[in-house]
Amino acid sequence: MGLADQDMRAAIAATRFGLGAKPGEIAAARRDPQGFLTGQIRRQGADQPAGPPAATTQRMAEFRDYQRQQRQARLEKAADGRPPASAPGTTDGAGAAMADTSAQTAVRDPVKIVGAMLRQDISSDFTARTQLAATTDAAFRERWALFWANHFTVSATKAITGTVVGPFEQEAIRPNVFGRFEDLLDAAESHPAMLTYLDQIQSIGPDSPAAQFARRGGGFGGRLQPVANRTVGLNENLAREIMELHTVGVNGGYTQADVTEFARAMTGLSIGGERDGAFGVAIFRERAHEPGERTVMGVRYGQSGRAQTNAILTDLAAKPQTARFVCTKIARHFVADDPPPALVARLETAWTASRGDLAKVAEALVSAPEAWAPAPQKFKTPYEFIVSSYRAAGGQPAGFPQFGPILTALGQKPFSAPSPKGWPEDAQSWAAPDAIVKRMQFAQAFSAAAARDRDPKALAAEALGARLSPETATAIARAESRAEGFALLLMSPEFQRR
Amino acid sequence: MNAPLSRRTVLAAAAGFGLSLQLLAVPAIAADSALNKRRMIVVVCRGGMDGLTVAPPIGDSDYRGLRGDLALDGSALPLDGAFALHPQLTAVHAMAKAGEARIAPAVATPDRARSHFEAQDVLETGAAGVYSATSGWLNRAVETLSAHRKVDALSIGATAPLILRGKAPTASWSPGRGVDAEARLPSLLQDLYRNDPLLGPALARGLATEAMAKDATAGLDGGPAMMTKASAGAAPARPGAQQGREAAHNLGASLAGFMREPGGPTVAAISLDGFDSHAGQAGLLNIRLAYLDAVLDGVRQGLGPEWKETVVVVATEFGRTARANGTGGTDHGTASTALLLGGALKPGGIVGDWPTLKQQALFENRDVAPTLDMRGLFKGVLMEHMGVDRAALDTTVFPGSGAVKPVSGLI
Repeated sequence: MGLADQDMRAAIAATRFGLGAKPGEIAAARRDPQGFLTGQIRRQGADQPAGPPAATTQRMAEFRDYQRQQRQARLEKAADGRPPASAPGTTDGAGAAMADTSAQTAVRDPVKIVGAMLRQDISSDFTARTQLAATTDAAFRERWALFWANHFTVSATKAITGTVVGPFEQEAIRPNVFGRFEDLLDAAESHPAMLTYLDQIQSIGPDSPAAQFARRGGGFGGRLQPVANRTVGLNENLAREIMELHTVGVNGGYTQADVTEFARAMTGLSIGGERDGAFGVAIFRERAHEPGERTVMGVRYGQSGRAQTNAILTDLAAKPQTARFVCTKIARHFVADDPPPALVARLETAWTASRGDLAKVAEALVSAPEAWAPAPQKFKTPYEFIVSSYRAAGGQPAGFPQFGPILTALGQKPFSAPSPKGWPEDAQSWAAPDAIVKRMQFAQAFSAAAARDRDPKALAAEALGARLSPETATAIARAESRAEGFALLLMSPEFQRR
Repeated sequence: MNAPLSRRTVLAAAAGFGLSLQLLAVPAIAADSALNKRRMIVVVCRGGMDGLTVAPPIGDSDYRGLRGDLALDGSALPLDGAFALHPQLTAVHAMAKAGEARIAPAVATPDRARSHFEAQDVLETGAAGVYSATSGWLNRAVETLSAHRKVDALSIGATAPLILRGKAPTASWSPGRGVDAEARLPSLLQDLYRNDPLLGPALARGLATEAMAKDATAGLDGGPAMMTKASAGAAPARPGAQQGREAAHNLGASLAGFMREPGGPTVAAISLDGFDSHAGQAGLLNIRLAYLDAVLDGVRQGLGPEWKETVVVVATEFGRTARANGTGGTDHGTASTALLLGGALKPGGIVGDWPTLKQQALFENRDVAPTLDMRGLFKGVLMEHMGVDRAALDTTVFPGSGAVKPVSGLI
């Protein structure tokens, strides 16, 4: 397969590496398609969505107040002799949420008011992020950030993490995506959102002073929901997922014993409660830390306290298995579900030579010939499809209701990846018959609103450039309305792929 | 309607009429006409569902000690002296009392890595290890059966589960608003996709399923508007427990609706997410099991007379630690409980052996020990109920599984 010509390379730069071409974008990339991408790499990281930055601590305080009000309301109702209300948001907060953005629902109930505010926070975080994706001139930079947000998934499937997925991306991910992997790893794993999502905040060393105190009948201060007289101990969820999903990968050579040792080392990593004077902030509780030396993947860690976790994370970040695992994921995300081994090898070489400098890895990606093969190998995820539709139209969603529900219907509920593994990458997951029908329904409705007085032939040329096939061009030219022509563009085989 | 003839009774009848050996080959067709009506549904509970919560071993003297506050005592619904069901599983309990539900309390896939994603891969591909197959065992079972009779398969949910991916074409459906039959776009796209191996078949099947959905979901409580509020494939999106149960019930009922349509699917898969209970397990599983129960109840009611032709298998990728952890939950473990339900099921006790929770019986001093290979359970249902032959089961459907015997006596 020879190198694509310059027009094809410009189209690939905007659609495969970026988020789909806006009008004028392919023309802007044409002079130097690769330089168009490398010019988007910058030390200070990815762009931040517009609007006031959402702070994790504030969101956690709001959620705490919400839970208090819920409890209060339940107590009052129970005292009235009426059945207690079910607890909205206890398991699936975001989901509930986004189904109705309920400024209009039951305005007097304080629980509902706060609940609506929280849902509003989540949907406006997601909307701001989507508007950034729809409008940015540096779409490769944004795609790179989205890759890492998915690699370090925090999901709103847990109610308490729903309101902090947005802040997590802004605080831990975006500033670090062109720095060293080790720093990104540390920022992600020690962020309050991750500590909460993967249950680290409650994990306590079984032989720590805090556990001994609790066994004598004392409470354990500082959790979001202190519960008296409960057993305290290890929770190995975060330790396992760091190894399996974030660093060395499931075949990285660790055992159950390594997971447990790592979990023991991480005890103490937690977030502050009111008694700590640092509510919702990541802190290290010496008293909850399991004392003693740990052995993880054959290495002994004699450090005490937080330094032990730092040393293990540093070693995990530097392992060749981590370079292999993460570079394979990058190649899979950007280029093909089954990526060319030569491409993975190039990325690994860049990773190893730069000691995990993600800017260098990004440069290696966009300079790899394998990444520019003309035939598109990737089927767009629902988010990519929706964002690229807005970009093709040269617009952006006005608000959450325009695009949130359709993402849910297509299987990609906003901020709600089904597991810590994040969203799937492969075409098989997203191209189910039902999903294709729903994409078509979206394309119909979207085009009816977006294509009123536009020429769909010109929009197709802007959106796909040299990737536009004669068959699709003909079908669009024969469409009986502008809306139908635009819908055909959005549903064409080449627009559905990148 | 008469009870379906089993292959054995047909053969016996043929022998009784003194038919020649040559003709004995033919009754396979007669047997197939009974097999044609058989239906099988697989429910995959993702996240590692805790078997000791689904079916607490109330008669096991170590249970309370290991589980502490998580032990379900008086509230569980007793099956016998040894096992009970979680209090939310009321419909399953009623089925069990009617001889239409059984538990397999210590099943596991061959995978021992305790990774959700590896274990789900192994559960769904039916392979002996991870990364050794890319298609799902249920798809390969459909492929095998399709050589003999028409078998259609459907997955419920917005994304296609691995268990039904593969060469045999399958349909998928999730609640939505239906296709405008008047629009030109579907036929224009079918034309544009004629050389597209991914999008062409997917759109064609999607449109066919939508057409069927109009009838399949007609007459449900709340109707299609209610259905759109269930996020298919996951737990219902609405938080209110009652609304959630209704949506889950409707999801099960619409799956049943599809299966009752003329030419509808006879094999189906549905996924329920959210069973990973590292912390706050009691509340979390209360909700998830209520949804599971409602889906199963919806299936049973929706299938009506077809229920007696049906077997439903509920399985998860692994169980959880026998001991409660330090955070009111449990961590990744090994064996868990599978449920078998359906009017076609033969009544009986537990399926497989109970290893007990004695310390020396625990797997790696931590998990419920597996006594039954999950593939044996699936093979038993596929063989006795769906008529897949043993050779295909051992080589194609569950490759290299000749040593894993199908569980017998289920049907």
